[in-house]
Amino acid sequence: MNQYLLSICYPAGAVPPSPEVLQAIMKNVGAVNQEMKAAGAWVFAGGLHGPETATVVRVKNGDVLTTDGPFIESKEQIGGICVINAADLDHALKWGAKLARAVTVPVEVRPLQSH
Amino acid sequence: MDVERIFREEYGRAVAVLVRAFRDIGMAEEAVQDAFAAALERWPVTGVPPSPAGWIITTARNRAIDRLRREASRADRHAQAALLLLSEQSEDEDAVEDDRLRLIFTCCHPALATPAQVALTLRLLGGLTTAEIARAFLVPEPTMAQRLVRAKAKIRDAAIPYRLPAEEDLPARVRAVLAVVYLIFNEGYTASSGDRLSREDLCAEAIRLGRLLVELMPNAPEAAGLLALMLLVESRRDARTGAAGELVPLPEQDRTRWNRALIAEGQRIVRACLRANRPGPYQIQAAINAVHADAASAGDIDWPQILQLYDHLLALTPTPIVALNRAVAVAEVDGPEAALAIIEPLDLDSYHLFHAIRADFLARLGRLRAARDAYDSAIARTGNAAEQAFLAAKRDSLAS
Repeated sequence: MNQYLLSICYPAGAVPPSPEVLQAIMKNVGAVNQEMKAAGAWVFAGGLHGPETATVVRVKNGDVLTTDGPFIESKEQIGGICVINAADLDHALKWGAKLARAVTVPVEVRPLQSH
Repeated sequence: MDVERIFREEYGRAVAVLVRAFRDIGMAEEAVQDAFAAALERWPVTGVPPSPAGWIITTARNRAIDRLRREASRADRHAQAALLLLSEQSEDEDAVEDDRLRLIFTCCHPALATPAQVALTLRLLGGLTTAEIARAFLVPEPTMAQRLVRAKAKIRDAAIPYRLPAEEDLPARVRAVLAVVYLIFNEGYTASSGDRLSREDLCAEAIRLGRLLVELMPNAPEAAGLLALMLLVESRRDARTGAAGELVPLPEQDRTRWNRALIAEGQRIVRACLRANRPGPYQIQAAINAVHADAASAGDIDWPQILQLYDHLLALTPTPIVALNRAVAVAEVDGPEAALAIIEPLDLDSYHLFHAIRADFLARLGRLRAARDAYDSAIARTGNAAEQAFLAAKRDSLAS
Protein backbone atom coordinates (compact mmCIF):
# COMPACT_ATOMS: atom_id res chain seq x y z
CA MET A 1 0.00 0.00 0.00
CA ASN A 2 1.32 3.44 -0.93
CA GLN A 3 0.52 6.81 0.53
CA TYR A 4 -0.13 9.97 -1.44
CA LEU A 5 -0.43 13.62 -0.53
CA LEU A 6 -3.31 15.38 -2.25
CA SER A 7 -2.70 19.14 -2.24
CA ILE A 8 -5.52 21.51 -3.06
CA CYS A 9 -3.95 24.14 -5.33
CA TYR A 10 -5.38 27.64 -5.57
CA PRO A 11 -4.09 29.18 -8.81
CA ALA A 12 -2.67 32.70 -8.78
CA GLY A 13 -5.37 35.34 -8.62
CA ALA A 14 -8.14 32.91 -7.71
CA VAL A 15 -11.18 34.83 -6.49
CA PRO A 16 -12.38 33.61 -3.07
CA PRO A 17 -15.75 31.93 -3.47
CA SER A 18 -18.93 33.52 -2.12
CA PRO A 19 -20.23 32.14 1.22
CA GLU A 20 -22.92 30.13 -0.56
CA VAL A 21 -20.44 28.59 -3.00
CA LEU A 22 -17.99 27.93 -0.15
CA GLN A 23 -20.72 26.18 1.78
CA ALA A 24 -21.46 23.91 -1.16
CA ILE A 25 -17.73 23.17 -1.58
CA MET A 26 -17.35 22.30 2.11
CA LYS A 27 -20.33 19.98 1.87
CA ASN A 28 -18.87 18.23 -1.19
CA VAL A 29 -15.42 17.94 0.43
CA GLY A 30 -17.05 16.44 3.51
CA ALA A 31 -18.74 13.84 1.31
CA VAL A 32 -15.42 12.91 -0.38
CA ASN A 33 -13.77 12.58 3.06
CA GLN A 34 -16.58 10.28 4.18
CA GLU A 35 -16.21 8.20 1.03
CA MET A 36 -12.44 7.93 1.61
CA LYS A 37 -12.99 6.85 5.20
CA ALA A 38 -15.56 4.24 4.19
CA ALA A 39 -13.08 2.85 1.64
CA GLY A 40 -10.23 2.78 4.15
CA ALA A 41 -8.24 5.25 2.05
CA TRP A 42 -8.42 8.26 4.36
CA VAL A 43 -5.38 8.93 6.56
CA PHE A 44 -5.53 12.63 7.32
CA ALA A 45 -7.05 15.79 5.87
CA GLY A 46 -7.26 19.43 6.75
CA GLY A 47 -7.76 22.91 5.35
CA LEU A 48 -5.04 25.50 5.78
CA HIS A 49 -5.23 29.12 6.88
CA GLY A 50 -3.72 31.60 4.44
CA PRO A 51 0.04 31.88 3.88
CA GLU A 52 0.02 35.25 5.68
CA THR A 53 -0.58 33.31 8.91
CA ALA A 54 2.58 31.20 8.48
CA THR A 55 5.74 31.52 10.55
CA VAL A 56 9.16 30.13 9.66
CA VAL A 57 11.64 28.88 12.26
CA ARG A 58 15.21 28.01 11.37
CA VAL A 59 18.30 27.11 13.37
CA LYS A 60 21.41 29.15 12.68
CA ASN A 61 24.57 28.49 14.68
CA GLY A 62 22.48 26.76 17.31
CA ASP A 63 20.11 29.72 17.70
CA VAL A 64 16.47 29.56 16.70
CA LEU A 65 15.47 32.35 14.35
CA THR A 66 11.77 33.05 13.95
CA THR A 67 10.46 35.08 11.03
CA ASP A 68 7.06 36.06 9.69
CA GLY A 69 5.69 34.74 6.45
CA PRO A 70 5.59 31.64 4.33
CA PHE A 71 8.85 29.89 3.41
CA ILE A 72 7.91 29.81 -0.26
CA GLU A 73 6.60 33.10 -1.65
CA SER A 74 4.22 32.10 -4.38
CA LYS A 75 1.10 33.38 -6.07
CA GLU A 76 -0.22 29.83 -6.08
CA GLN A 77 -1.35 28.60 -2.70
CA ILE A 78 -1.96 25.25 -1.07
CA GLY A 79 -5.42 25.60 0.45
CA GLY A 80 -5.57 22.23 2.12
CA ILE A 81 -4.07 18.78 2.17
CA CYS A 82 -5.20 15.20 2.41
CA VAL A 83 -3.12 12.06 2.88
CA ILE A 84 -4.53 8.82 1.50
CA ASN A 85 -3.65 5.15 1.22
CA ALA A 86 -3.88 3.77 -2.30
CA ALA A 87 -2.74 0.61 -4.05
CA ASP A 88 -1.16 2.56 -6.89
CA LEU A 89 -1.20 5.87 -8.73
CA ASP A 90 -4.37 5.04 -10.69
CA HIS A 91 -6.32 4.60 -7.47
CA ALA A 92 -4.78 7.74 -5.99
CA LEU A 93 -5.71 9.71 -9.14
CA LYS A 94 -9.33 8.56 -8.80
CA TRP A 95 -9.47 10.08 -5.32
CA GLY A 96 -7.62 13.14 -6.59
CA ALA A 97 -10.23 13.61 -9.29
CA LYS A 98 -13.08 13.29 -6.79
CA LEU A 99 -11.46 15.87 -4.56
CA ALA A 100 -10.75 18.24 -7.47
CA ARG A 101 -14.41 18.03 -8.50
CA ALA A 102 -15.46 18.88 -4.93
CA VAL A 103 -13.05 21.81 -4.39
CA THR A 104 -13.36 23.10 -8.00
CA VAL A 105 -9.60 23.82 -8.20
CA PRO A 106 -6.67 21.58 -9.26
CA VAL A 107 -5.37 18.88 -6.94
CA GLU A 108 -1.72 17.73 -6.99
CA VAL A 109 -1.20 14.02 -6.31
CA ARG A 110 2.27 13.23 -4.98
CA PRO A 111 3.65 10.01 -3.51
CA LEU A 112 4.99 9.93 0.03
CA GLN A 113 8.28 8.10 0.49
CA SER A 114 7.66 4.63 1.87
CA HIS A 115 9.60 3.73 4.97
CA MET B 1 23.27 -15.90 -36.15
CA ASP B 2 21.97 -12.44 -35.50
CA VAL B 3 21.75 -11.64 -31.81
CA GLU B 4 21.19 -7.98 -32.61
CA ARG B 5 18.08 -8.72 -34.65
CA ILE B 6 16.77 -11.08 -31.97
CA PHE B 7 17.54 -8.37 -29.40
CA ARG B 8 15.37 -5.84 -31.25
CA GLU B 9 12.57 -8.34 -31.78
CA GLU B 10 12.50 -9.91 -28.34
CA TYR B 11 13.66 -7.15 -26.01
CA GLY B 12 10.19 -5.76 -25.34
CA ARG B 13 8.69 -9.20 -24.79
CA ALA B 14 11.46 -10.19 -22.35
CA VAL B 15 11.36 -6.90 -20.43
CA ALA B 16 7.57 -7.07 -20.14
CA VAL B 17 7.70 -10.57 -18.63
CA LEU B 18 10.44 -9.57 -16.19
CA VAL B 19 8.62 -6.39 -15.17
CA ARG B 20 5.62 -8.50 -14.23
CA ALA B 21 7.86 -10.83 -12.27
CA PHE B 22 9.87 -8.19 -10.43
CA ARG B 23 7.66 -5.07 -10.53
CA ASP B 24 10.74 -3.01 -11.28
CA ILE B 25 11.68 -1.74 -14.74
CA GLY B 26 15.34 -1.10 -13.88
CA MET B 27 15.81 -4.62 -12.55
CA ALA B 28 14.01 -6.11 -15.54
CA GLU B 29 16.13 -4.21 -18.06
CA GLU B 30 19.35 -5.11 -16.29
CA ALA B 31 18.44 -8.79 -16.21
CA VAL B 32 17.46 -8.85 -19.90
CA GLN B 33 20.69 -7.07 -20.87
CA ASP B 34 22.65 -9.61 -18.78
CA ALA B 35 20.90 -12.41 -20.62
CA PHE B 36 21.68 -10.94 -24.05
CA ALA B 37 25.31 -10.50 -23.01
CA ALA B 38 25.32 -14.19 -22.06
CA ALA B 39 23.74 -15.06 -25.41
CA LEU B 40 26.48 -13.18 -27.28
CA GLU B 41 29.04 -15.40 -25.51
CA ARG B 42 27.15 -18.68 -25.57
CA TRP B 43 25.26 -18.84 -28.87
CA PRO B 44 28.28 -18.70 -31.18
CA VAL B 45 29.44 -21.90 -29.42
CA THR B 46 26.18 -23.75 -28.77
CA GLY B 47 24.13 -22.40 -31.65
CA VAL B 48 20.91 -20.39 -31.32
CA PRO B 49 18.42 -22.23 -29.09
CA PRO B 50 15.08 -23.32 -30.64
CA SER B 51 13.24 -20.58 -28.75
CA PRO B 52 15.62 -17.62 -28.42
CA ALA B 53 13.01 -15.54 -26.59
CA GLY B 54 12.32 -18.33 -24.11
CA TRP B 55 16.05 -18.77 -23.50
CA ILE B 56 16.50 -15.03 -22.92
CA ILE B 57 13.55 -14.82 -20.54
CA THR B 58 14.60 -17.87 -18.53
CA THR B 59 18.23 -16.74 -18.34
CA ALA B 60 17.22 -13.21 -17.38
CA ARG B 61 14.85 -14.50 -14.72
CA ASN B 62 17.52 -16.80 -13.26
CA ARG B 63 20.13 -14.08 -13.21
CA ALA B 64 17.76 -11.65 -11.55
CA ILE B 65 16.86 -14.28 -8.93
CA ASP B 66 20.57 -14.93 -8.26
CA ARG B 67 21.12 -11.25 -7.76
CA LEU B 68 18.06 -10.92 -5.52
CA ARG B 69 19.25 -13.87 -3.40
CA ARG B 70 22.63 -12.23 -2.93
CA GLU B 71 20.97 -8.98 -1.96
CA ALA B 72 18.33 -10.67 0.20
CA SER B 73 21.06 -12.41 2.20
CA ARG B 74 22.37 -8.95 2.96
CA ALA B 75 19.02 -8.16 4.52
CA ASP B 76 17.79 -5.99 1.65
CA ARG B 77 14.06 -5.82 2.34
CA HIS B 78 13.30 -4.80 -1.20
CA ALA B 79 15.00 -7.90 -2.59
CA GLN B 80 13.27 -10.12 -0.03
CA ALA B 81 9.92 -8.72 -1.02
CA ALA B 82 10.66 -9.25 -4.72
CA LEU B 83 11.66 -12.87 -4.11
CA LEU B 84 8.51 -13.48 -2.12
CA LEU B 85 6.43 -11.98 -4.92
CA LEU B 86 8.21 -14.20 -7.43
CA SER B 87 7.59 -17.40 -5.46
CA GLU B 88 3.86 -16.65 -5.59
CA GLN B 89 3.80 -16.48 -9.38
CA SER B 90 3.28 -19.38 -11.71
CA GLU B 91 5.30 -19.60 -14.89
CA ASP B 92 2.65 -18.78 -17.41
CA GLU B 93 4.17 -18.12 -20.80
CA ASP B 94 0.72 -17.52 -22.30
CA ALA B 95 0.53 -14.36 -20.24
CA VAL B 96 3.40 -12.84 -22.23
CA GLU B 97 1.15 -11.00 -24.67
CA ASP B 98 -0.77 -9.46 -21.79
CA ASP B 99 2.54 -8.48 -20.20
CA ARG B 100 3.50 -6.43 -23.22
CA LEU B 101 0.10 -4.78 -23.33
CA ARG B 102 0.36 -3.89 -19.64
CA LEU B 103 3.81 -2.43 -20.20
CA ILE B 104 2.54 -0.30 -23.11
CA PHE B 105 -0.13 1.21 -20.88
CA THR B 106 2.50 1.90 -18.22
CA CYS B 107 4.82 3.59 -20.74
CA CYS B 108 1.95 5.75 -22.06
CA HIS B 109 0.43 6.58 -18.67
CA PRO B 110 -1.07 10.09 -18.63
CA ALA B 111 0.92 10.92 -15.48
CA LEU B 112 4.05 10.90 -17.70
CA ALA B 113 4.85 13.81 -20.02
CA THR B 114 4.58 13.02 -23.74
CA PRO B 115 8.38 13.08 -24.43
CA ALA B 116 8.82 10.57 -21.59
CA GLN B 117 6.01 8.37 -22.94
CA VAL B 118 7.64 8.33 -26.37
CA ALA B 119 11.12 7.59 -25.01
CA LEU B 120 9.90 4.80 -22.71
CA THR B 121 7.86 3.16 -25.45
CA LEU B 122 10.79 3.13 -27.87
CA ARG B 123 13.21 1.95 -25.19
CA LEU B 124 11.16 -0.72 -23.43
CA LEU B 125 8.93 -2.02 -26.22
CA GLY B 126 10.95 -1.08 -29.27
CA GLY B 127 14.26 -2.17 -27.80
CA LEU B 128 16.00 0.94 -29.17
CA THR B 129 19.09 2.05 -27.28
CA THR B 130 19.13 5.38 -25.48
CA ALA B 131 21.65 6.63 -28.08
CA GLU B 132 19.33 5.66 -30.95
CA ILE B 133 16.35 7.42 -29.39
CA ALA B 134 18.44 10.52 -28.67
CA ARG B 135 19.64 10.62 -32.28
CA ALA B 136 16.13 10.17 -33.66
CA PHE B 137 14.79 13.07 -31.59
CA LEU B 138 17.86 15.26 -32.09
CA VAL B 139 18.62 15.66 -28.40
CA PRO B 140 21.97 14.98 -26.71
CA GLU B 141 22.29 11.44 -25.37
CA PRO B 142 22.68 12.53 -21.71
CA THR B 143 19.41 14.48 -22.02
CA MET B 144 17.58 11.39 -23.30
CA ALA B 145 19.23 9.18 -20.66
CA GLN B 146 18.07 11.55 -17.94
CA ARG B 147 14.56 11.67 -19.41
CA LEU B 148 14.38 7.87 -19.24
CA VAL B 149 15.84 7.68 -15.72
CA ARG B 150 13.35 10.26 -14.44
CA ALA B 151 10.40 8.54 -16.09
CA LYS B 152 11.36 5.16 -14.64
CA ALA B 153 11.88 6.74 -11.21
CA LYS B 154 8.41 8.27 -11.39
CA ILE B 155 6.86 4.93 -12.36
CA ARG B 156 8.56 3.36 -9.33
CA ASP B 157 8.07 6.15 -6.77
CA ALA B 158 4.53 7.16 -7.69
CA ALA B 159 3.57 3.49 -8.22
CA ILE B 160 2.26 3.86 -11.75
CA PRO B 161 0.66 0.43 -12.14
CA TYR B 162 1.51 -2.41 -14.56
CA ARG B 163 -1.95 -3.50 -15.44
CA LEU B 164 -4.70 -3.04 -17.93
CA PRO B 165 -6.62 0.16 -17.22
CA ALA B 166 -10.05 0.03 -15.63
CA GLU B 167 -12.91 -0.44 -18.10
CA GLU B 168 -14.11 3.17 -17.78
CA ASP B 169 -10.59 4.51 -18.44
CA LEU B 170 -9.82 2.20 -21.35
CA PRO B 171 -10.96 4.35 -24.32
CA ALA B 172 -8.91 7.37 -23.17
CA ARG B 173 -5.90 5.21 -22.32
CA VAL B 174 -5.98 3.44 -25.71
CA ARG B 175 -6.16 6.85 -27.39
CA ALA B 176 -3.04 7.90 -25.45
CA VAL B 177 -1.14 4.79 -26.61
CA LEU B 178 -2.15 5.33 -30.25
CA ALA B 179 -1.18 9.01 -30.01
CA VAL B 180 2.33 8.07 -28.84
CA VAL B 181 2.83 5.67 -31.75
CA TYR B 182 1.47 8.19 -34.28
CA LEU B 183 3.73 10.87 -32.84
CA ILE B 184 6.74 8.58 -33.33
CA PHE B 185 5.63 8.01 -36.93
CA ASN B 186 5.17 11.72 -37.64
CA GLU B 187 8.51 12.57 -36.08
CA GLY B 188 10.07 10.20 -38.59
CA TYR B 189 7.92 11.39 -41.50
CA THR B 190 8.26 15.15 -41.06
CA ALA B 191 12.06 14.87 -41.33
CA SER B 192 12.46 18.46 -40.21
CA SER B 193 16.23 18.14 -40.14
CA GLY B 194 19.08 15.88 -39.21
CA ASP B 195 20.15 12.38 -40.18
CA ARG B 196 17.70 11.13 -42.79
CA LEU B 197 18.27 7.43 -42.22
CA SER B 198 17.51 7.41 -38.52
CA ARG B 199 14.29 9.22 -39.28
CA GLU B 200 13.16 6.48 -41.64
CA ASP B 201 14.01 4.04 -38.87
CA LEU B 202 11.56 5.90 -36.68
CA CYS B 203 8.73 5.39 -39.20
CA ALA B 204 9.58 1.70 -39.43
CA GLU B 205 9.62 1.48 -35.63
CA ALA B 206 6.21 3.19 -35.38
CA ILE B 207 4.76 0.73 -37.90
CA ARG B 208 6.28 -2.18 -35.95
CA LEU B 209 4.66 -0.83 -32.77
CA GLY B 210 1.41 -0.33 -34.70
CA ARG B 211 1.44 -3.98 -35.75
CA LEU B 212 2.09 -4.99 -32.15
CA LEU B 213 -0.90 -2.93 -30.96
CA VAL B 214 -3.19 -4.56 -33.54
CA GLU B 215 -1.94 -7.98 -32.42
CA LEU B 216 -2.45 -7.17 -28.74
CA MET B 217 -5.75 -5.28 -29.11
CA PRO B 218 -7.62 -7.08 -31.91
CA ASN B 219 -10.89 -5.48 -30.79
CA ALA B 220 -9.67 -1.89 -31.01
CA PRO B 221 -10.63 -0.69 -34.51
CA GLU B 222 -8.68 2.54 -34.05
CA ALA B 223 -5.47 0.54 -33.57
CA ALA B 224 -6.11 -1.06 -36.97
CA GLY B 225 -7.00 2.37 -38.37
CA LEU B 226 -3.72 3.84 -37.16
CA LEU B 227 -1.72 0.98 -38.67
CA ALA B 228 -3.51 1.38 -42.02
CA LEU B 229 -2.95 5.14 -41.95
CA MET B 230 0.77 4.72 -41.30
CA LEU B 231 1.14 2.06 -44.01
CA LEU B 232 -0.65 4.18 -46.62
CA VAL B 233 1.34 7.31 -45.81
CA GLU B 234 4.58 5.32 -45.72
CA SER B 235 3.77 3.84 -49.15
CA ARG B 236 4.39 7.27 -50.70
CA ARG B 237 7.74 7.91 -49.00
CA ASP B 238 9.93 7.33 -52.09
CA ALA B 239 7.70 9.45 -54.32
CA ARG B 240 7.60 12.28 -51.81
CA THR B 241 11.07 13.56 -52.64
CA GLY B 242 12.54 14.26 -56.06
CA ALA B 243 16.05 13.58 -57.38
CA ALA B 244 17.52 16.61 -55.62
CA GLY B 245 15.77 15.84 -52.33
CA GLU B 246 13.09 18.43 -53.04
CA LEU B 247 9.53 17.98 -51.82
CA VAL B 248 7.01 16.59 -54.32
CA PRO B 249 3.37 17.25 -53.34
CA LEU B 250 0.84 14.44 -53.61
CA PRO B 251 -0.83 15.47 -56.90
CA GLU B 252 2.54 15.68 -58.68
CA GLN B 253 3.99 12.44 -57.32
CA ASP B 254 5.08 9.66 -59.66
CA ARG B 255 2.54 7.02 -58.68
CA THR B 256 4.67 4.20 -60.05
CA ARG B 257 7.03 4.91 -57.15
CA TRP B 258 4.36 4.22 -54.55
CA ASN B 259 4.89 1.01 -52.60
CA ARG B 260 2.10 -1.28 -53.84
CA ALA B 261 2.58 -3.88 -51.11
CA LEU B 262 2.09 -1.31 -48.35
CA ILE B 263 -0.94 0.13 -50.16
CA ALA B 264 -2.51 -3.32 -50.55
CA GLU B 265 -2.02 -4.07 -46.86
CA GLY B 266 -3.33 -0.66 -45.80
CA GLN B 267 -6.40 -0.92 -48.04
CA ARG B 268 -7.12 -4.43 -46.78
CA ILE B 269 -7.19 -3.08 -43.21
CA VAL B 270 -9.38 -0.12 -44.25
CA ARG B 271 -11.90 -2.48 -45.83
CA ALA B 272 -11.97 -4.58 -42.66
CA CYS B 273 -12.57 -1.41 -40.63
CA LEU B 274 -15.45 -0.42 -42.91
CA ARG B 275 -17.03 -3.85 -42.37
CA ALA B 276 -16.57 -3.56 -38.58
CA ASN B 277 -18.33 -0.16 -38.81
CA ARG B 278 -16.97 1.36 -35.59
CA PRO B 279 -15.39 4.44 -37.18
CA GLY B 280 -12.89 6.73 -35.51
CA PRO B 281 -10.47 9.48 -36.53
CA TYR B 282 -7.56 7.18 -37.48
CA GLN B 283 -9.79 4.90 -39.53
CA ILE B 284 -11.27 7.84 -41.42
CA GLN B 285 -7.83 9.33 -42.11
CA ALA B 286 -6.72 5.92 -43.35
CA ALA B 287 -9.80 5.77 -45.60
CA ILE B 288 -8.95 9.20 -47.04
CA ASN B 289 -5.46 7.96 -47.85
CA ALA B 290 -6.92 4.78 -49.33
CA VAL B 291 -9.03 6.87 -51.75
CA HIS B 292 -5.88 8.72 -52.85
CA ALA B 293 -4.13 5.38 -53.35
CA ASP B 294 -7.03 4.14 -55.49
CA ALA B 295 -6.62 6.90 -58.09
CA ALA B 296 -4.59 5.92 -61.15
CA SER B 297 -3.61 9.55 -61.68
CA ALA B 298 -4.07 12.87 -59.86
CA GLY B 299 -6.97 13.61 -62.22
CA ASP B 300 -8.80 10.46 -61.16
CA ILE B 301 -9.01 11.27 -57.44
CA ASP B 302 -12.54 10.79 -56.13
CA TRP B 303 -12.77 14.18 -54.38
CA PRO B 304 -16.48 13.98 -53.49
CA GLN B 305 -15.75 10.79 -51.53
CA ILE B 306 -12.76 12.43 -49.83
CA LEU B 307 -14.93 15.42 -48.91
CA GLN B 308 -17.54 13.10 -47.45
CA LEU B 309 -14.88 11.42 -45.32
CA TYR B 310 -13.59 14.81 -44.16
CA ASP B 311 -17.15 15.84 -43.21
CA HIS B 312 -17.27 12.75 -41.02
CA LEU B 313 -13.79 13.42 -39.58
CA LEU B 314 -14.65 17.05 -38.82
CA ALA B 315 -17.79 15.95 -36.98
CA LEU B 316 -15.69 13.59 -34.80
CA THR B 317 -12.72 15.92 -34.33
CA PRO B 318 -13.74 19.53 -34.97
CA THR B 319 -10.23 21.06 -34.99
CA PRO B 320 -8.95 23.91 -37.19
CA ILE B 321 -6.38 21.54 -38.80
CA VAL B 322 -9.10 19.11 -39.91
CA ALA B 323 -11.17 22.06 -41.19
CA LEU B 324 -8.11 23.23 -43.17
CA ASN B 325 -7.50 19.80 -44.73
CA ARG B 326 -11.20 19.47 -45.51
CA ALA B 327 -11.05 22.81 -47.33
CA VAL B 328 -8.55 21.29 -49.79
CA ALA B 329 -11.24 18.80 -50.78
CA VAL B 330 -13.86 21.59 -50.87
CA ALA B 331 -11.65 23.47 -53.34
CA GLU B 332 -11.72 20.46 -55.67
CA VAL B 333 -15.46 19.84 -55.34
CA ASP B 334 -16.94 23.35 -54.97
CA GLY B 335 -14.07 25.53 -56.15
CA PRO B 336 -11.39 27.68 -54.50
CA GLU B 337 -13.71 30.55 -53.57
CA ALA B 338 -15.83 28.38 -51.26
CA ALA B 339 -12.67 26.82 -49.82
CA LEU B 340 -11.07 30.21 -49.14
CA ALA B 341 -14.18 31.37 -47.28
CA ILE B 342 -13.90 28.31 -45.04
CA ILE B 343 -10.27 28.82 -44.07
CA GLU B 344 -10.16 32.62 -43.66
CA PRO B 345 -11.60 32.56 -40.11
CA LEU B 346 -9.37 29.66 -38.93
CA ASP B 347 -6.97 30.50 -36.13
CA LEU B 348 -3.88 28.89 -37.66
CA ASP B 349 -1.57 31.85 -38.27
CA SER B 350 1.50 30.05 -36.89
CA TYR B 351 0.99 26.96 -39.10
CA HIS B 352 2.94 27.19 -42.36
CA LEU B 353 0.61 24.89 -44.29
CA PHE B 354 -2.33 27.19 -43.53
CA HIS B 355 -0.54 29.93 -45.47
CA ALA B 356 0.59 27.55 -48.22
CA ILE B 357 -2.96 26.25 -48.76
CA ARG B 358 -4.37 29.78 -48.62
CA ALA B 359 -1.76 30.87 -51.19
CA ASP B 360 -2.83 28.06 -53.50
CA PHE B 361 -6.52 29.05 -53.27
CA LEU B 362 -5.66 32.72 -53.91
CA ALA B 363 -3.51 31.81 -56.91
CA ARG B 364 -6.33 29.72 -58.38
CA LEU B 365 -8.62 32.74 -57.98
CA GLY B 366 -6.11 34.90 -59.89
CA ARG B 367 -5.25 37.00 -56.83
CA LEU B 368 -1.54 36.65 -57.50
CA ARG B 369 -0.11 39.38 -55.29
CA ALA B 370 -2.01 38.12 -52.24
CA ALA B 371 -0.93 34.58 -53.13
CA ARG B 372 2.75 35.57 -53.23
CA ASP B 373 2.41 37.28 -49.85
CA ALA B 374 0.80 34.15 -48.43
CA TYR B 375 3.67 31.99 -49.75
CA ASP B 376 6.09 34.38 -48.01
CA SER B 377 4.14 33.90 -44.77
CA ALA B 378 4.37 30.12 -45.20
CA ILE B 379 8.14 30.22 -45.89
CA ALA B 380 8.71 32.31 -42.76
CA ARG B 381 6.95 29.70 -40.65
CA THR B 382 8.80 26.50 -41.58
CA GLY B 383 12.35 25.52 -40.68
CA ASN B 384 12.46 22.68 -43.20
CA ALA B 385 14.77 23.58 -46.09
CA ALA B 386 13.03 21.29 -48.60
CA GLU B 387 9.67 22.83 -47.77
CA GLN B 388 11.09 26.35 -48.01
CA ALA B 389 12.53 25.63 -51.45
CA PHE B 390 9.25 24.11 -52.61
CA LEU B 391 7.21 27.09 -51.42
CA ALA B 392 9.65 29.62 -52.92
CA ALA B 393 9.42 27.85 -56.29
CA LYS B 394 5.62 27.99 -56.10
CA ARG B 395 5.75 31.69 -55.26
CA ASP B 396 8.18 32.50 -58.07
CA SER B 397 6.07 30.59 -60.61
CA LEU B 398 3.29 33.15 -60.13
CA ALA B 399 3.77 35.80 -62.82
CA SER B 400 2.83 39.29 -61.73
